[in-house]
Amino acid sequence: METIFALATARGKAGVAVIRISGALAWEAAGRLAGRLPEPRVAGLRHLRLDGETLDEAVVICFAEGASFTGEEVAELHLHGAMATVTAVLRALSGMEGLRLAEPGEFTRRALENGRLDLAQVEGLSDLIESETESQRKQALAVLSGAVGTMVEGWRAKLVRAAALLEATIDFVDEDVPVDVTPEVIELIDDLRRDLRWEMDRSGAAERIREGFEVAIVGRPNAGKSTLLNMLAGREAAITSEIAGTTRDVIEVRMDLGGLAVTLLDTAGLRETADVVEAIGVERAVQRAQGADLRIFLLDDADVPMIAPKPDDLIVFGKADLRSVDGFAISGKTGEGLDRLIAEVTAILANRAAGAGVMSRERHRAALSRAFDALDSARNEVLRGTERAELAAESLRQALRALEALVGHVDVEHLLDEIFASFCIGK
Amino acid sequence: MKHFDVIVVGGGHAGTEAAHGSARMGAETALVTLRRDAIGVMSCNPAIGGLGKGHLVREIDALDGVMGRAADFAGIQFRLLNRRKGPAVQGPRTQADRKLYREAMQKLTDDQPHLTVIEGEVADLIVTEGKVSGVILADGSQLAAGGIVLTTGTFLNGVIHIGDRQKPGGRIGDQPSVALAARLRDLSLPLGRLKTGTPPRLDGKTIRWDILDSQPGDDDPEMFSFLHDKPFVRQVSCGITHTNEQTHDIIRENLNRSAMYGGHISGVGPRYCPSIEDKVVRFADKNAHQVFLEPEGLDDDTIYPNGVSTSLPEDVQERYIRSIRGLENVRILQPGYAIEYDFVDPRALKPTLELRDLPGLYLAGQINGTTGYEEAAAQGLVAGLNAALCVQSRDPMIFSRTSSYIGVMIDDLVTRGVSEPYRMFTSRAEFRLSLRADNADQRLTGVGLALGCVGEERRRSFSDKMERLSAGKDLLASIVLTPKEAALRGLRVNQDGAKRSAYSLLSFPDIDFSQLAAVIPELGAMDPKIGEQLARDALYAHYIIRQENDIAALKRDEDWVIPDDFDYSALSGLSNELKLKLGRARPQTLAQAGRIDGMTPAALALILARLRQGRRAAIA
Ligand SMILES: Cc1cc2nc3c(=O)[nH]c(=O)nc-3n(C[C@H](O)[C@H](O)[C@H](O)COP(=O)(O)OP(=O)(O)OC[C@H]3O[C@@H](n4cnc5c(N)ncnc54)[C@H](O)[C@@H]3O)c2cc1C
Repeated sequence: METIFALATARGKAGVAVIRISGALAWEAAGRLAGRLPEPRVAGLRHLRLDGETLDEAVVICFAEGASFTGEEVAELHLHGAMATVTAVLRALSGMEGLRLAEPGEFTRRALENGRLDLAQVEGLSDLIESETESQRKQALAVLSGAVGTMVEGWRAKLVRAAALLEATIDFVDEDVPVDVTPEVIELIDDLRRDLRWEMDRSGAAERIREGFEVAIVGRPNAGKSTLLNMLAGREAAITSEIAGTTRDVIEVRMDLGGLAVTLLDTAGLRETADVVEAIGVERAVQRAQGADLRIFLLDDADVPMIAPKPDDLIVFGKADLRSVDGFAISGKTGEGLDRLIAEVTAILANRAAGAGVMSRERHRAALSRAFDALDSARNEVLRGTERAELAAESLRQALRALEALVGHVDVEHLLDEIFASFCIGK
Repeated sequence: MKHFDVIVVGGGHAGTEAAHGSARMGAETALVTLRRDAIGVMSCNPAIGGLGKGHLVREIDALDGVMGRAADFAGIQFRLLNRRKGPAVQGPRTQADRKLYREAMQKLTDDQPHLTVIEGEVADLIVTEGKVSGVILADGSQLAAGGIVLTTGTFLNGVIHIGDRQKPGGRIGDQPSVALAARLRDLSLPLGRLKTGTPPRLDGKTIRWDILDSQPGDDDPEMFSFLHDKPFVRQVSCGITHTNEQTHDIIRENLNRSAMYGGHISGVGPRYCPSIEDKVVRFADKNAHQVFLEPEGLDDDTIYPNGVSTSLPEDVQERYIRSIRGLENVRILQPGYAIEYDFVDPRALKPTLELRDLPGLYLAGQINGTTGYEEAAAQGLVAGLNAALCVQSRDPMIFSRTSSYIGVMIDDLVTRGVSEPYRMFTSRAEFRLSLRADNADQRLTGVGLALGCVGEERRRSFSDKMERLSAGKDLLASIVLTPKEAALRGLRVNQDGAKRSAYSLLSFPDIDFSQLAAVIPELGAMDPKIGEQLARDALYAHYIIRQENDIAALKRDEDWVIPDDFDYSALSGLSNELKLKLGRARPQTLAQAGRIDGMTPAALALILARLRQGRRAAIA
C-alpha cells in the first residue's frame, strides 16, 4: 500500500502544525528529512533538511506498525505553524518516490481497515463523516463551479478526445478509421501541456490568496525595522493575529491589506558577524527573506548586505525624521511615508493576485503536475510510432486519472462516446 | 420427474459453455435446447475472436472451456489483429467454417462426461419457496435441478424486421420464446428491449472475385487454444470491396422503408455495429464504406458481406448490393434483417450471474444485454461454474477486473447495466497491459485447476510450460551485461554505466528475443516460444509495477463484500441521495460501491465501518 501524508492540523494561523506520514515508507521518509529518528513513541527535536537546506526545526515522533492511529508505520512531524514551512515540507515529501498526498478521509479509512478503531469509535464516526462529506461536497462544488469548472471541463474534453483517437486506432484496426491520428493527438497534448503549465505557474499566486502573501522587512541592525513593523501593525486595524515567529530570529504579524492576507516578517538585522549564534540567525533571516513574496529594504546610511533586491522589491530610507534623503523616505516615528508604503505594497500584491490561477491547493498542484508528467511521456510514446500506441494510451489514462482528482470520475464510456461520434465504426 | 444438479436452457454460445463448465466441475448437467443440431450455430458473422473478444476466448480456453478449441478446429483464416502493435492489444481472430464449428461443438458436447442434451422448449420455471428449482417444457414434462442457467439469446419475444414486414422469430428460421418471456415478465424482472441486425448472405459463385482485392490470413497463424499450435484445415482469403455514392443514393432514397428509420423498431442498437443505413446517414461525408466478403465455409459458397447489415426491404437490398463493385450480378441467398428482443437489466444480477432476487436462477449471454458469441460464452462459463459450485455448497467464483477481461465485463454489467448491446473492447480494461491474450493461461489456468474445471491434458501442458517459463526467467535474470558488453554485441542501450540483466534488456522496444539469443550463446538452448513469452512479460514490466498499487487498492475493496441485506437507510451520516442510489444499485463489494456515481471517500469509509462492525460481530 502506498505511503500517504498530509497536514493533520488545520491550515494556517497556528503555533504548531503536524504533518502525519503513514505507510511502509513513513519512517524512511521522515528519516530522509530528519536524519536519525528517535525511538518509537519518544519525541525528538530534529532539524529537517532537504538537499542541505534547513526547512525547520521540528519535534519528530514515530509510531510502530500496529501501534499507531492508522495501524501502519507512522511518523509525525510537529512543525512551527508558518505556512511557508508547512508547504516546503509537504513539497519535500511529494517529491519522494512512493509517497503521495492523502485523499480526504484516507487516514481514518486506513485506521478502519486495520482495525484500529473500536466499536464505540466506529459508531461515533458518523458525525465526523457527516462533516467530512459536507465539507467535501462544498469543496468539490466550489472547485467545479464557475471558472474552474469550465477550465477543467475543457481540458477533460481535449484529453478524452486525444485518448479516444488513440483507442480508436487500437480497438478498431480493422475498420475505416483514419490511419494517422498522430498530428491531432500531438496537437491536443501540446495544447494541454501549455494550459496545464500556465495554470501551474499561476497556482502559486492562487495559493497566496488563500493562505497569505509574505512580505519581509530587511535591513541592517537598528535600521528601524521593528519600529516600522509596529507602526504598520498599529496603523492597520485589521491585524488578525500576532504569533511567535518560527524562530526567535523572525517575528511574524498577520494583517489584511486591501483584502489580501499578508504576513509581515521582521527579520534579524543583517550584518557580517563572527558571533556563531548571531550568524545562524542572520543566515535564517536571509533565507526567509529570500523566500518571501516581496521585500521591503529599509536603508539607513549604508547598503543592506548579503541580499539583493528582486524586481518589484521596495527600497525605502528610514528615520526620515532624523535626516533628509533623496528617494522614498519614511519614518516609523512620525508616520511619514507610511500611507505611501502601504499603498505600494498593496498595489504590487494586488497586481500579482490579479494574475492568480484558480488551483489554490497543494493537492491541485500535485494533480496538475502528475497530469503534466503523464502527458509528457504520452507525447514521447506517440512520437515513437503507432507500435507504441498502447503505451501512449496508458500514459494518457494516467493523465486522465490525475485530472479525476479535480473533476470526479472520467469513464471509459466517455472515450467510447467520442469514438463512435467521430468515426464510422462497424464493418 | 428427472433430477439434475444443473440445467442449462439454450444451446447457443453461452449455453454450451455453461453446460460444459458445469459438467467439468462434475455436476450432473442437462442442456435443454430447441434443436440439438443447432448447437454451435453462429447467428451472425462466421468469425470468432477479435480485439477484446479474442482475449475472452483465450480466457475461456485457459479455464479449459470449449470455444477456443472449436474455433481452432473450424478456423479457415487466422489473423492476429494489431500484430504491429504491442502484445497487450493484439487479439486473435479467425474466420470460422460454420459447418465445421457446429460439428466441433457437437462432438465436444457428445464427448463431455456428466452432460446430457435434451431437445425441447422450456416454457416455464418451477419456483418453490422463492427459489427456482426446475423447468417445465412445452410438452408438459418437468425437470428438477439445484441451479438453472438461462441463455436464450435473442429468442425472448424476438421480432424479426425486414423493411416494413415483421414476424416473430428468435433468429431467421427459428421460433421465438414467448411463453418463457411472459413468465419472466410475471416474475417482475427488470426487462428492456434491444435490437441488432445482420447483412444479406450472398452466393459466392456470382461474385466477380477476379476484380476484387483479397485479404489473406497470417503466414504464421496464432491459434486460440493454448493446446494447439497450427490450423486443422485449409486456409482461405477474404475479399474486399467498397460501397460508393450510387449505393448511398439508393439507401438514402429508401430510408423511410427501412425498419429502423420507418419507426418500426423501438429497441436500442449497438453503435459499433451500425447498419449501412446508419452509416450513410450519420457519416454523410464519407463516400465509400469498406465491405469484407467473408466465406462461410470451405465447401459452402455462401458469402457474408461484413459491413452492410440492414433492415431495408428485400428489393432495395438487392439494388444497393448490386451497385457495389464486384457484386453487380450477385444473387442474395437470404436477405438481411434486424431483430428486436427482450433483455434483463444485468444490474439485477450478482457477479456470479445469479439473480439477486431469485436464487437458483442464473442468466448468461445476450439475455443480459450483451452482443457477440465470445461475450456470451464467457458469461456462460461464469454462470455454469457458479451454478455447479452452488449446488456443491462451495464458495462462488468471482472474477476480478484486476485479473481478467471476464471480470471486467461482469463487473461492468452488474454495476452499470447497459444502454446499448454491450461488447468487449480492450479499452474497457484499465489493467490492459497485464491482462493480455498471451498470458491468459498464466492468469487463469491455476485458478481453474484449484476449482477443478481444468482437465488432465491441460494440467500437464500448463505445469510444463510454467516450469519452463520460470527456468527461462531465472536464466535471463542471471545473465548481466554492462552497457559496453551490450554494445559490443550490437544491442542499442544507453551508455549510462548501468548493468542490465538479459530480462531487462528485453523491455527495450527494439530488442526482441531472437536478437538476444543470437548474441548470447547461453540462450541458444531456450525454446524460442518461451523466450518470446518472457519478452512480452518484460516489455511491460515497468508499467505493471506502477499499476500494482492501483490493483492492490482495488483488490482490497473487492474483498469487502457488502451483504445483500445491508441497510443503507440505517447509516447516519450518509446523504439521502446516496442512500437512495446505494439502495437501488446494491453494490456487492466496496469496490463496486466506489464506482457508483456521486460516491465520496467519506461515505465509503462509513460503509466500511459498518462492514467491520459486522465482521467483528460475526467472529464474536
Ligand atoms: C440477426 C442477428 C444479428 C447479430 N449481429 C451481431 C453482430 O453484428 N455482432 C455480434 O457480435 N453479434 C451479433 N449477433 C449476436 C450473436 O449472435 C449473439 O450475441 C450470440 O449468439 C449470443 O449467444 P447466446 O448464447 O446468448 O444466444 P444464442 O446464440 O442466440 O442462443 C440461444 C439459444 O437458446 C435456445 N433457446 C431459446 N429459447 C429457448 C427455450 N425457451 N427453450 C430452449 N432453448 C431455447 C435457442 O435455440 C438457441 O440455441 C447477432 C445475432 C442475430 C440473431
